[in-house]
Order: sequence, then structure tokens, then C-alpha cells
Amino acid sequence: MSETLKNQSLKPRLELLNITKQYPGCLANDQICMTLMPGEIHALLGENGAGKSTLVKTIYGVVSPDSGQILWDGQAVDIKSPSKARDLGIGMVFQHFSLFETLTVAQNIELCLSPTQLADIGNLAARITKLSQDYGLNVDPDRYVHSLSIGERQRVEIMRCLVQSVKLLILDEPTSVLTPQEVAGLFNVLRQLSNEGCSILFISHKLHEVTEICHNATILRGGKFVGDCEPANETPATIAKMMVGDLAEQDAGYEKAHGEEVIFSAQSLNLAAKHPFGTSLKNVNFELLKGEILGIAGVAGNGQEELMSIISGEDNRTLKGVFTLDDQDLGTLSAGARRRNGLAYVPEERLGRGAVPEMSLSENTLLTHSRGFVKSGLVNWKAVKDYAKKLISDYSVKCHGEFAEAKSLSGGNLQKFIMGREIGQNPKVLICAHPTWGVDVGAALAIHQALLTLRDQGAAILLISEDIDELFLLADRMAAVCDGHLSPVVRTEETSIDQIGQWMAGTFINANDHAEATA
Amino acid sequence: MIRVQARTEPSTLMTFASPFLAIVLTLIFGSILFTALDKDPIQALHVLLVLPLSDAYNISEMLVKMGPLLLCAVGLSLCYRANMWNIGAEGQLLAGALGGSAVALMFVDSESFMAMPLTLLGGILSGMAWAAIPTYLKVKFNSNLILTTIMLNYIALYLLIWAVHGPLRDPDGFGFPESALFSDATLLPVLSDSGRVHLGVVLAILLALFAWFILSKTHLGFKIRVYGADEPAATYAGYNAKGISWFVMLFAGALAGLAGVSEVAGPIGQLTPNISPGYGYSAIIVAYLGRLHPAGAIIASIFLAILYMGGDLAQIEMGIPIAVVGMFQGVLLFFLLACDFFIRYRVVSSRENMA
Repeated sequence: MSETLKNQSLKPRLELLNITKQYPGCLANDQICMTLMPGEIHALLGENGAGKSTLVKTIYGVVSPDSGQILWDGQAVDIKSPSKARDLGIGMVFQHFSLFETLTVAQNIELCLSPTQLADIGNLAARITKLSQDYGLNVDPDRYVHSLSIGERQRVEIMRCLVQSVKLLILDEPTSVLTPQEVAGLFNVLRQLSNEGCSILFISHKLHEVTEICHNATILRGGKFVGDCEPANETPATIAKMMVGDLAEQDAGYEKAHGEEVIFSAQSLNLAAKHPFGTSLKNVNFELLKGEILGIAGVAGNGQEELMSIISGEDNRTLKGVFTLDDQDLGTLSAGARRRNGLAYVPEERLGRGAVPEMSLSENTLLTHSRGFVKSGLVNWKAVKDYAKKLISDYSVKCHGEFAEAKSLSGGNLQKFIMGREIGQNPKVLICAHPTWGVDVGAALAIHQALLTLRDQGAAILLISEDIDELFLLADRMAAVCDGHLSPVVRTEETSIDQIGQWMAGTFINANDHAEATA
Repeated sequence: MIRVQARTEPSTLMTFASPFLAIVLTLIFGSILFTALDKDPIQALHVLLVLPLSDAYNISEMLVKMGPLLLCAVGLSLCYRANMWNIGAEGQLLAGALGGSAVALMFVDSESFMAMPLTLLGGILSGMAWAAIPTYLKVKFNSNLILTTIMLNYIALYLLIWAVHGPLRDPDGFGFPESALFSDATLLPVLSDSGRVHLGVVLAILLALFAWFILSKTHLGFKIRVYGADEPAATYAGYNAKGISWFVMLFAGALAGLAGVSEVAGPIGQLTPNISPGYGYSAIIVAYLGRLHPAGAIIASIFLAILYMGGDLAQIEMGIPIAVVGMFQGVLLFFLLACDFFIRYRVVSSRENMA
């Protein structure tokens, strides 16, 4: 690894000197310095809110820094806009792709090229096909983007950068949406690019990936530079320590539970997608057992959102005889009635769905928890406030008090609050989506504990997450979704990351159909 | 360098200061306008704003105008809180006047004590029915509420004009487009001898306080606020969106209908083609000036009522055209929306960036 680095010229490709960016009420970047050599794969690490996104947006010209200097190939540059950045040879793949779903791959790529660039390239489709072969990207220029999987779309974004002869490629959490197999493919492309002298700036939360692929790492905490390291010489644990400040207790594993009694079941759930680019659910069957966590793995956009909203009732289409909760048909009830029957739900978006941003925490408590606080239509605000105070202290939610607006809380603290609110209703079934996404290590630990406590009290939990490690840590039984199909459900200790990874990619689908055909 | 910057959180001070700032700016604008019209601005503002409060009679006339404004604005405040963009208070008011008159005309020769309550009920139900049409279209077909309510305003107006020229015209009225005078048993009782303040004004204030109670103390009011502030959260929590839409719209229709019937069974005493000088539209300004809060609406409706009164007086005393009132209202809403910008944004001068 270091040999390839030595072969490159010694002049840095990119140098950041004392970059500072102040947002209202938040110093996002404080005097940050960083150096990238040609061909170097450099990790930018930090918890959510550490200032990583601001820093890369500065490099890509989306955000202009308040002070500090950017040197590109030794020259001071002022990157005023993303197009200026692209002219310099900087390409970026955002976490949320910016592709038009109704256009083809080639059209999408053409959109961000200038007329001169297009003239230089000549036949764009041929260029895409050639690059696709060179890097093993497997991108067909004539396909429509809406027909591509998330992994393929990401490769289109990378292709978009390659077409412009990129010298620095910035990737914002590129692996969060990929299956383990797709991650391996991505890393091959990145290594090849690196060998050809392209610098790569890689933002990730997943430390084992960083140690696997990155030459160097810069670690940010609270907007400040806290250190750099060579990941090859470190372990995930030592890097995590630098990120969070003290050694994060990476628990080796919690005890798994065995449920007996079925409390909730879904039988032959078939549901057409509501939106043109949504995912239809195809013959989904599963059962939730009392005192057990069922984890569902899957790459985002494979039907998780649809599954959760039809169970919770937010998708208000009625289904007869599909869902039963405690032997009662749930599919014909409204979302509110399902809640009254013992269903609770922690959604993926905390602000704007799980909590009303402009309302206080006590009002947000009443949002879903009204039992005992409403008598003949009147709200007992005093009791709501007292209960909100109790939630705040029980779940150590850091905030000004029960009057604080939901949007003033950090993501992790708001998640702890929502978690506490939903658990506080003593649900028979809790649906929980991405519980620790973007949450700091301390809060994640608290959230895990809360889930396990609820499980041990006899509730059934449906845990949907893209974080495979978390699923293996928490789930007692596991399955994966792919394109609206649900894989077989297995006990966690009887499966492996490899098998779940293959299921996430859909290997079970044909086998399943086959089994049905022969049965 | 001066630039506009988003505030980290909305300014509470500006939320309350904005209406007053808007009023001051409107007065400044008015002074310039009057100067341009060769009228003494000080005198004009005096006639427009102070004279309406100068004696008991004027105050009572002001309160008569405040009643319908307040009723409509309270209903609209609830609608807007729930993201239901009901521009149809005017139509609902006219429908209430029309429906109430139809009932009242059945009691022309009657002394029945039921005449007045039934007339009011007729007006309220007519207003609700008129509000129900766009609500049904919205809930069932997701039609644009702003467009349907505005169109229904015109339909209500022409329906009313047709009625006073046709079925409800006074047979003994020499062909004038007016209904017969309502009987004394039908008319709302007048509260004092010196003016025309009637029971409707008291009802308006009581209903504003009732709406305040609904919003702040009841679970339904809380759901209305959640639904307006964050619809996905309301869906997530399992609130009945249709039920909330129906409630606020029918409530607003009932209040506007009551406003309409209180006019015909109050100061006017019969059905005529000119029931409302645009109360239903002005109520939109009242609702926003009152920060979509029923208590705020009470204060704001007094201000707009003064403006209506002052406009009449300015026409009589100084020959200022009545159109000035409409202009003042428009300018007031304009400045209010402009000032509201500073609830979420602030202007900062950043010298350090000049380096």
C-alpha cells in the first residue's frame, strides 16, 4: 500500500489550511488542516455533527469557508461553486444521489458536462462503455435510472466523475447503502483509481472498512481536528476511541432470547407500490414472538419503508386477513386504532415525523402517548409535563427541559426521547426503524439497552436496520428483504454475515419461487 | 456588508412585534398617500383611527363591524392552523345570510320566541353546508381548497342576488330587490339604547374564547395544531386527517354563517344584495394579524373594524374615497407578510468578511 504511495509525486494534490466555517449557533469547522497526496485513499472520520459534511462541501464548492485556504496542486484556489470544483478535477458522490430517474444513464451524465467537455469526449456512450469495462463498473449507458438498484446508481455517480477525468473523488458514506458483496466491488474500483493516481476522500462510519482500504485518516470531533492516523496500524477500537474521545464499550454481544408465543403475524402480504418508484411487497410472511427481536436486514429502498407503513397503518389501504395482533385483524383498523391496540412505532425520520420540530417535548409526548392524559377530550397538561420530565431523566435526554423544542435536540437525544415515549406506552409490538442511525456511541448503547429491556418484558420487536452489525448484536431471529421479497427467517446464531449479505442481494428469491412451485 | 441570515430559532419577539410594526409602516404609507391626495395626513389619520373611538355611538358602530370580522377570522384561524386554506368565509357568510333570511321570512308575522333561535340556526347550518362542499371535494378528490372556496364565494353572492330578486323578494316592496322586513321576534336583541350593538357581537367574543379553549386545552385542538405544523407527524401518530379537516371547515362555516345571519337579523333587519363589505376577505387579514390565535383575532378585528368605520367617516368628513380602506387593508397584509420574514431571518452586518 505504502509503496504505491511512494511512486507518486511528492507534491500534495490538495491541502486545506485552517478552514473555519461558522453556522448560526454552531462552529462546524474550526481551523481544520488536511493534506491529500495523489493516489491516496484518505478517510474522514467523525461522529454525526463532527463537521465532515461541511468540510467536504467546502472542498466541492457548495459551502464557502469563513476563513482558511485551499491549495490545489500547490496553487491557492477559491472554489466558488461545484462547477469550478469539477473544472479542477474534483468529483463528489453524495450520500443522496442526484440522478433523474426518468432519464437514461448517458443522459444523466451528459447533463453535468460542459459543451467543450462533450466535444472532447465525442461519443459519450462509447466512453461510458469503455470506462465501465476498464473499471468493472458494469454500467449500461442506455438504461433508465429508475430501473437501477441503489448500488448501480452509485456506480453511475462514480462514472459521472470518471468521465470528467477526476483527480480527487469524494465519497460521502458510500457503503451505507450497499450489500457486503457490493462493498467489495466498490473497494476494487477505488483501489484501481488510487493506483492510477486519483486521490480519494472517503467518509465513513464503518471503521473496519476504513482499516481495510484507507491509507490515512483524519478524525474530527465537534468541528475540531483531533488527530490523524494510518488505519492499517490501528484497530477499529483504537480509531473509535479517537472519534468519541473515550473507549467506546463495543459490547461483544447480548444474550439472545427465545420466544414461544406468536403475538403478531403477517400472512401472504402482497401490496402494489403506492409511488411509481416505490417497491411492491411480494408474498411477505413472518411472525413476531413475545419477548423476541426480529431483525430485518436490507439495503435501503427494498421495501422496508412500504412494509413499515402498511403495518403501522400510515399507508391507509385496508388489508383483510393479512395482519393479526393478538388474534385480532389489524389490517382493517386505522393507524390510531392500531396504536390503541398495542402497536408502537419508532420511525426512521425523527424530526418531522417522529416528532414535531416546533413543538415542545411535552407536546411531543402527547403526540402519540395520550392514554391517561386526556379525559373527556381535555388534556391534562400538568400530567403530560410531569411525564415528559420523567422520560427526559429516565432516558438521560440532554435538553433544556420539557419545554425545549424537539428541533433543538441533537439526533441522538431526540431518538432516545422518541424511543422512551414509544416504550413508555408498554406496546405489545414495537416497530423500530434504524434506531441508532447517526446516533453517537453513548446514545446507541442506551437505545440498545432500552430495546432489550422492552424485549425482556415480553414485547415483540420488529427491528429494521441497514446496519448489519447492529442486527447481529440485537436480533434474536433475522431475515433480509430484497426487492419486496422477504427471505426465510433464521435464528441469528445459526446464520452468518455472509449468508445475510447474499440474501440482501436477493439470492433467496429464485430458490423460494422454486420451492413454492414444487410444493 | 449587510446580509440576511437565517435565525437558529424563530424570534418570539418578532412574532408579536411584527403586527405592530406592520401597522406603523401602513400608517407611514397612509400619510404619504394622503399627502399625495392633498389631504392633511394628520387630520386624515385622526379621522381614520381616532374618530371611530371618539364617542359611544361610534364605538358601538365599530363593535357592530367587529362582530362579523371576528366570527369569520376565528374560524379561519382554526382552518389555517390545520393547513386548510379556506378563503371562503365570504361565501359562507353570504350563505348564512341567505339561509337565515329564508327561515326569518317564515316568521314575518309571528311573535314566536323560537323565531330568533331558528333563524340563527338556519344561518349556521347554511354556512356549514356551504363550507361542506369544498371540504368534500378536498377530502374526496384532493381538489385545491383555495380555488374551490373562492369560486363558491361568487356562487354564493349570485345565489343571494338571485334570491332577493326572486323568491325572497318582498311582494309588497314595489319591485325593489329586498326582502320583507323581519319581525321583531326574529331580530337579535340590541344591548344598549345608544347604538346598534346586538347579541351577535357578544356571541362572537364568546366563540373566540371558546375556540381559544379548544386549541389550547383539548386533545382535538392539539391534533389540529400538530396537523398544521407537521402533517407527516400527524399521520405517523395516527390522527384522523379527514376528521380534522371536516371539523375545522364546518366550524369555520358555522361561524361565518352566524356572522351572515347576525347581519341580516341584526343591524340590517332584512335581506338586501349588499350584506357584506367584504368581511370574509378582511377576516383573512384579521386572522394573520392576530397570529392565527383566537385571542389575537379579537384585537385584530377591533383594528380592522376601526379602519372600516374610519373609512366611512373619512369619506363623509374629508371626501376621501372609500377605496382607501381596501388599500389600507391590502398594504397592511403586505407589510405584515414582509415583517413576518424577520421572524425566521435577521439582517446582520459582517465586517470581518470584508477583509
